Amino acid sequence: MTEMTYREALKAGLREEMQRDESVFLMGEDIGLNWGGAFKVTKGLAEEFGEERVRDTPISENTIAGAAVGAAITGMRPVAEIMFGDLITLAMDQVCNQAAKMRYMFGGQTSVPLVIRTVFGGGKNIASHHSQSLEAWFMHTPGLKVAVPAFASDVKGLIKTAIRDPDPVLFAEHKLVYDKKEEVPDEEYLIPFGEAKVRREGADVTVWGTFFMLHKALEVAEELAKEGISVEVIDPRTLVPLDKKTIIESVKKTGRLVLVTEETKTLATTAEVAAIVQEEAFDWLDAPIKRVNAPDTPVPFAPTLENFFIPDHKRIAQAIRDII
Amino acid sequence: MAVDKKKLIDLYTRTLKVRLFEEKVWELFGENIVPGTLHLYLGQEAVAAGVTAALKDSDWVQSTHRGHGHVIAKGADEKKALAELLGKATGSCKGKGGSMHITEFKKGVLGATGVVASGLPIAVGAALSCKMRGTKDVVACFFGDGASNNGTFGESLNMSAIWQLPVIWIVENNLYAMGTPIKLTCPSATIAERANGYCIPNTVVDGNNALEVYEATVEAVKRARQGGGPTLIECRTYRQRGHSRFDPAKYRPEDEAKEWLSENRDAVNVIRKIAIERSALTEKEADKIREKLQKQIDKAADFARNSEYPKPEDALEDVYAEAF
Ligand SMILES: Cc1ncc(C[n+]2csc(CCOP(=O)(O)OP(=O)(O)O)c2C)c(N)n1
Ligand SMILES: [Mg+2]
Repeated sequence: MTEMTYREALKAGLREEMQRDESVFLMGEDIGLNWGGAFKVTKGLAEEFGEERVRDTPISENTIAGAAVGAAITGMRPVAEIMFGDLITLAMDQVCNQAAKMRYMFGGQTSVPLVIRTVFGGGKNIASHHSQSLEAWFMHTPGLKVAVPAFASDVKGLIKTAIRDPDPVLFAEHKLVYDKKEEVPDEEYLIPFGEAKVRREGADVTVWGTFFMLHKALEVAEELAKEGISVEVIDPRTLVPLDKKTIIESVKKTGRLVLVTEETKTLATTAEVAAIVQEEAFDWLDAPIKRVNAPDTPVPFAPTLENFFIPDHKRIAQAIRDII
Repeated sequence: MAVDKKKLIDLYTRTLKVRLFEEKVWELFGENIVPGTLHLYLGQEAVAAGVTAALKDSDWVQSTHRGHGHVIAKGADEKKALAELLGKATGSCKGKGGSMHITEFKKGVLGATGVVASGLPIAVGAALSCKMRGTKDVVACFFGDGASNNGTFGESLNMSAIWQLPVIWIVENNLYAMGTPIKLTCPSATIAERANGYCIPNTVVDGNNALEVYEATVEAVKRARQGGGPTLIECRTYRQRGHSRFDPAKYRPEDEAKEWLSENRDAVNVIRKIAIERSALTEKEADKIREKLQKQIDKAADFARNSEYPKPEDALEDVYAEAF
């Protein structure tokens, strides 16, 4: 095991796959020599693998995604980067109409083994066009798989699985977890999609969430433990496929569920999970399911406004106390 | 360019095959057994024939919403293609795609797409893949005059030029995008000259003359295979029918339609005349080819008519490589 940041673990996963398989290549804006990616994830890879395989592109999101589709269906395994999650709006046709639907509308003739990496989330005071959490859009798009790694030890195994997957994967990262450190195995490992991880075991209430909210929820759980409240924290790791079993089993144990994400509340991933649990584990619920999300507004700029927008420790703790 | 007799016969045969295929589609449509809408290729056959005659089997074409002609000319099985149009389980897409997504991947068709101009980015990726894998294959990307007004046109031409990709941009300028004349939406006299902005060699040809299309494509393919990058060929042509199923195309001026739809400009007549004049075929041989093709298409129609529809629950298959 080696302690490393999420960023380093992700890069290590990309590097291993590029070493293993010549058809794997990276493309995106400023991912290469001069910059190494807006969040420095790919820094050093162009030097190592050359500019052919770590390919800087023009600012052409729809064609970046579309080129990934065309390369994927003809024998390559592209990993395309969209610099900010908000900008994937410019590539929605290729991601949601082409990549996601090709296998289906062509009756299984085509596989689209591509990965679109992008980054969601606020907390950096960069306002409405660089801070959103849009994962639910892609969870709502049949044909796509969606990975949401929140921890260093997961991101490496998940990116490797994503690259080897025969279907298109939206690989969502979060700006505030790049610097988070964890022990990461030295030997090669893959993390299967559709397997949640119980990040903390508990008996009184289940918290399910994604990305930075999981880090907050774990801190909240630590605090509440001092008051004698035992919180179980579940990280889905992928939204598609979604590990329902782990959630349901946890709810059957605790009887209580709090859902925490940074998304705006209406029709967020949390809404779907709440619906699943009431359909499949209604009789085990001892209290209403609580959702902790951002309000239904664009992401604001000023620190006072953004701090209000993003769920904080207090709101998560309050939601838990409300149903205990 | 010296075009041998065999190639002239090939051009005549391809043009005619697409024509007979489309006439059969029209006939089946009259029997009310073609669900949904149709964008017939009637009138534009020489474009698909001329382009594909210049390609190898391993080369790729990217198709459009008006794709029957591209697919058939590239060598798709007409039985599977007609069955697909009728929504049969034996269709090339198992009845999941229909007219707008008709494709036969194994014959080198990347796919037909219902989103105008969405094929260009995919062609960029396929061409990049050919280049990176060192296959020497090329990609011919068909799109309409209307599509040349979409953002992907600029993004994709640019990317193909900066990376010197083996792609041939084929603009099928049939003068209209649905009811909108190209004069209303394009400030320049030709679409081809837009390619100058991307330093892409370009030319305008008579799209009703398969030989002209072929000769221009041969030159472009040669350039692409030698690593000389993309070419844009604007093929001027005209739809025989309306844009789609029930469009009588009343918006086209009478004299314009009369000129374009005259006997001596008809795509099949043009190439037949050339082939006979150059002694590649006699009248009798040309008729014989027609008879043979007609039988083949009739048989394909019987196959399609007699095929089963997919089982309703087949709708759930082919979303992912493995269901979960
Ligand atoms: C992005 C998009 N916008 C609008 C449509 C509706 N539509 C279908 S075909 C068409 C016209 C396309 O014109 P052109 O590219 O010239 O191709 P043609 O139909 O003439 O072959 C339109 C507007 C669509 N399918 N996709
Ligand atoms: Mg047109």
